[in-house]
Amino acid sequence: MMDGDDDSGSASPQKIVPDTKPNTENPIKDTQPESLPDNTLIVEISDALSEKDRVKFTVHTRTTMPCFAKQDFLVVRQFEEFVWLHDRFEENEEYAGYIIPPVPPRPDFDASREKLQRLGEGEGCMTKEEFKKMKAELEAEYLATFKKTVAMHEVFLQRLAQHSVFRTDSHLKVFLEYDQDLCAKPRNTKSLFGGLVRNLSKTTDELYLGATVRDVNDFFENELQFLNEYHSHLKEGASRSERMAKKHKELADSYIKISSGLIQLSTIEQGSMEKFCAKTAETFEKMRNMEGRVASDQDLKLVDTLRYYQRDSNAAKALLVRRLRCLASYEAANRNLEKARAKNKDVHAVSILCSVLHLSSSLLYYCILYTHKPLEVQEAEDLQTKACEKFESMSARGKEELISFRKRRVNAFKKSLIELAELEVKHAKTQYDYLKVCLDENLLKLQEI
Amino acid sequence: MDNNTLPPLFDNMDNVDISSPSDEPEIFQSAIQDDESLSPTTKEESMEDVITMTAERETGDTFIEITVEEPQKIGDGMTSYLAYKVITKTNIAKFKRRQSTVLRRFSDFLGLHEQLLERYLRAGFIIPPAPSKNIIGATKVKMGSQQTAESGNANGLEWVENRRASLERFLNRTAAHPTLRVDPNFINFLESDHELPRAVNTAALSGAGVMRLLNKVGETVNKITYKMDENDSWFADKISEIEALDSHYQKLHSAVKSLVSHRQELASLTGGVAKSAAMLSTCEEHVGLSKALSQLADVEEKIELLRTEQSNSDFYILSEMINDYIGLLSAVKAVFHERVKVFQNWQHAQMQLTKKRENKAKLELSQRNDKIEGAQKEVEEWEAKVQRCQKEFDDISAEIKREMERFEINRAKDFKAAIIKYLQDQMAHQQQIMKYWEGYLPAAKEIA
Repeated sequence: MMDGDDDSGSASPQKIVPDTKPNTENPIKDTQPESLPDNTLIVEISDALSEKDRVKFTVHTRTTMPCFAKQDFLVVRQFEEFVWLHDRFEENEEYAGYIIPPVPPRPDFDASREKLQRLGEGEGCMTKEEFKKMKAELEAEYLATFKKTVAMHEVFLQRLAQHSVFRTDSHLKVFLEYDQDLCAKPRNTKSLFGGLVRNLSKTTDELYLGATVRDVNDFFENELQFLNEYHSHLKEGASRSERMAKKHKELADSYIKISSGLIQLSTIEQGSMEKFCAKTAETFEKMRNMEGRVASDQDLKLVDTLRYYQRDSNAAKALLVRRLRCLASYEAANRNLEKARAKNKDVHAVSILCSVLHLSSSLLYYCILYTHKPLEVQEAEDLQTKACEKFESMSARGKEELISFRKRRVNAFKKSLIELAELEVKHAKTQYDYLKVCLDENLLKLQEI
Repeated sequence: MDNNTLPPLFDNMDNVDISSPSDEPEIFQSAIQDDESLSPTTKEESMEDVITMTAERETGDTFIEITVEEPQKIGDGMTSYLAYKVITKTNIAKFKRRQSTVLRRFSDFLGLHEQLLERYLRAGFIIPPAPSKNIIGATKVKMGSQQTAESGNANGLEWVENRRASLERFLNRTAAHPTLRVDPNFINFLESDHELPRAVNTAALSGAGVMRLLNKVGETVNKITYKMDENDSWFADKISEIEALDSHYQKLHSAVKSLVSHRQELASLTGGVAKSAAMLSTCEEHVGLSKALSQLADVEEKIELLRTEQSNSDFYILSEMINDYIGLLSAVKAVFHERVKVFQNWQHAQMQLTKKRENKAKLELSQRNDKIEGAQKEVEEWEAKVQRCQKEFDDISAEIKREMERFEINRAKDFKAAIIKYLQDQMAHQQQIMKYWEGYLPAAKEIA
């Protein structure tokens, strides 16, 4: 669809090999399996099948990683299994410091289906030509949505497969390798409701943490503020540009009616008017194609980029919230330690000294106090140390991740914006040239006759 | 103009009521029009003088060019109204001045249209229709503050500009007609410095308005019930042609209307995207990307304006042209219907004549000589009437054929000119889009 080639209308919308992948950030899949270097993991969605209310993705893996039994294998996965995989990553404590690639949005063909149905109902009130064109238009739209859905699922897997840590995850391995259902049941209403509650508690959690935990690190504090704001602007921008692209599509479609009106008119006109009307109808038809391409490219370049980074920035935000939670538990550990020490009078004096010191060097604290400590205090100390370590490492990792997120984002925006501008120029030029030829060769000549 | 041929039966019959029986059994006519001050005109100018309705309106060395400008609100409250400056430039001899500027209100235009209709419909002329009323919009202007009305083009008052443009087209279409352009009323409308007498009949809610409505109903009933057996196949063909054309124009018009509204919505949605891009840009911490986003906002803003321009060109060039022709087609239908009425009159006169003749024959048979003379007079009277009616019918038929020829030429010309202008506008718009995005490319590439 990137080039808006017209052949897309002829393909069956039911089964598609995704030949173009608009959001793919991974161009390495053309390499042959034989020549794969060691320790490679390449994942792609080679096929997809749309059934009544679900889409089945064929996930194709080629790998030389030793943990996999085979080098080349296929499994069939559904959207719910992608969600399952994402949730496994999100709940894994070890990955708390990483930005978890956002889960793709649920495949949604309702809009297309509904339109198709409405088209069927409205069949009586339009001409055969109009109906055919509208149908082809809708099929192309369906196809485009389908390809986009596939691409978004693929990007999710590819980001996992390219990640130095995530690629070795056991759940990913199961997801890619296990050739049975993963029993990730489609969410029914009950679990949907559960999800709602979870989301709600997550949000209140976020608010609570934001209000109670004072971050000592300016970098993270700023980042969180930035991401909150950025995310909401991205969200708004995405929905606005989506509406714009949709409207543009409708605009293009309204040329169909004009074109068919002109064709009908030409049947009762005579002489030069007949030809003139027919030619004009042709022109409007072409204009529709061209405007339609503008709309779908805007959708691909602008809307999709905004949407993806809306989800990605949300994932980054999740990382910051996890870090805050970690900070909160670290502070709790600190308080526990204080309490334990307060109880234990004989180490009171030292503990004051230590609590002053512990942030900078908890090791020193160990050396001095190890032998004198009662059990209770020591436990609290261990916990506190662990929390501290976890927090520190998480902060370090998080910082790296956020910086790489920014880099990724800037690059992706750059690429999309350049492509958007180039395509807009190209389409405008094509339309300009077409209209010029059309006027010079046909219409102006027919004007005088 | 030949007023001597004015038949007595067409004498001024003001305030004819549908229910009141007229002394002459002119049922069709009286039931149909309240004002039948008819003066069938003979053509003064030959068909070579056909003037196109396209932009220049010049044939040979005569030209007339009318512009309507500066809608302004006069007065306050419910009695206030909009007045338009009408500027005429012409070299037609019948005009006293080469250039004149007058101030006219909307009802004056309607009054002019009524006058033309009264005078020329019977002759078979296609009278360009006047723009329709817009009570809601007019009330808004009345209620609105002085300033908004003066600016005219302000957002909520789009229709004022629509009306101005359609009034201008109405006058120019009329001026393009070889006979209508030199009508004394028309010249008076364009030249007279005095205020025109209020056209009372045009108010939507007046007594005359109600009468008109009733008459229209009567006419429609008549249209439906009366089928004239057509002798002239040209007319039969033309009528079905006009009907087909009308329905196709209607379809096209509704398609273009939806294009206009989609484009308008697209413009405002593009504005929304521009705003979002601007906000994203202020929030973005990466300097290069922030800059590129703010430039994206600029581009989208410019495109928003461009989309508005496009929708104006959708509307003023395509939609209004088609809409005008839908109006003109109904004017054509009115002329065709007028011919049917003339035919009915003729038939009726014929019937009366037969009756009178029978009457006379009866009287002759019964030897009532005292009455034969009167009957003979009646027969003669009706013979003359039949002749007049027949002549009238022949005249209107011939005139309609000439008018239709002119109409078809103009229709094709207008249609082609509009489409070509529209596509040229589109080209210019695409060129602008090209320029905007080309200007944007470096900003996107500069993101480091």
